[in-house]
Amino acid sequence: MPGFGIFHIAGSGMLAQSVRLNSVSSNLANADVVAGREDEVYKAKSPLFKAESQAQGGGVQVLEVKESEVPAEKRYQPGHPLADAQGYVYAPNVNAVEEMANMISAARSYQSNVEVVNTAKSLMLRTINMGR
Amino acid sequence: MAFTTDLIYGNLAPALKVHGERLGVLSSNLANADTPGYKARDIDFRAVLNGAQVKAPTLRTTSALHQRGQFDLGSPRLWQVPAQPSADGNTVDTPLEQARFAEASLRYEATLRFVDGRVRGLLTAITGQ
Repeated sequence: MPGFGIFHIAGSGMLAQSVRLNSVSSNLANADVVAGREDEVYKAKSPLFKAESQAQGGGVQVLEVKESEVPAEKRYQPGHPLADAQGYVYAPNVNAVEEMANMISAARSYQSNVEVVNTAKSLMLRTINMGR
Repeated sequence: MAFTTDLIYGNLAPALKVHGERLGVLSSNLANADTPGYKARDIDFRAVLNGAQVKAPTLRTTSALHQRGQFDLGSPRLWQVPAQPSADGNTVDTPLEQARFAEASLRYEATLRFVDGRVRGLLTAITGQ
């Protein structure tokens, strides 16, 4: 019987990909949130994946959700209510194209993990029903 | 005649076990398809099963009631050679991996059918129906 370990592995994969999807949606939602100071502006977030060892089950784990270190975009908008003394506002370092590509990749990976769960489940059911 | 499970299932039991383990390894690859630096692994089914044939059970049984030991195939996990390099050092090729997983699950199911056939055959012999 393919052990219950497969469910742990595929489950950890789905969890990791959903964290990734979450950070993508957070980034896209906040893509236009400007701030008056550079340290207050939203920074793009992305999860850091790490493979579990065989002893841990062989899945994937999310180490942490890191903030991007790309500098915030500085826009000259003196009329903006949040503009600083020099007339600048700061836009998040979110790259929408990158985020969309990230989202598609995460969705695809999630799907392949779901397929793994479905296959393992049907194989286990067949094993259980053996000889009937 | 001693009626051991080996007689019924022959090589099918270790085969089923190795296929199950291979499914685990391949699902691990798929789960880590986006993990930087992860190296894809696989099990060479033929080599492991050849090893299982050579390795006869070595447990000494002093009573007819003793059970024979579980076979530990110790299936070695090999590294896959990537078709193309990736910037983050990950060697998982998702479409290939999905194909391998489908193949492994099919093989598992086929082995399962053989086992099932043997069980049914025995049941027919026992019940005579």
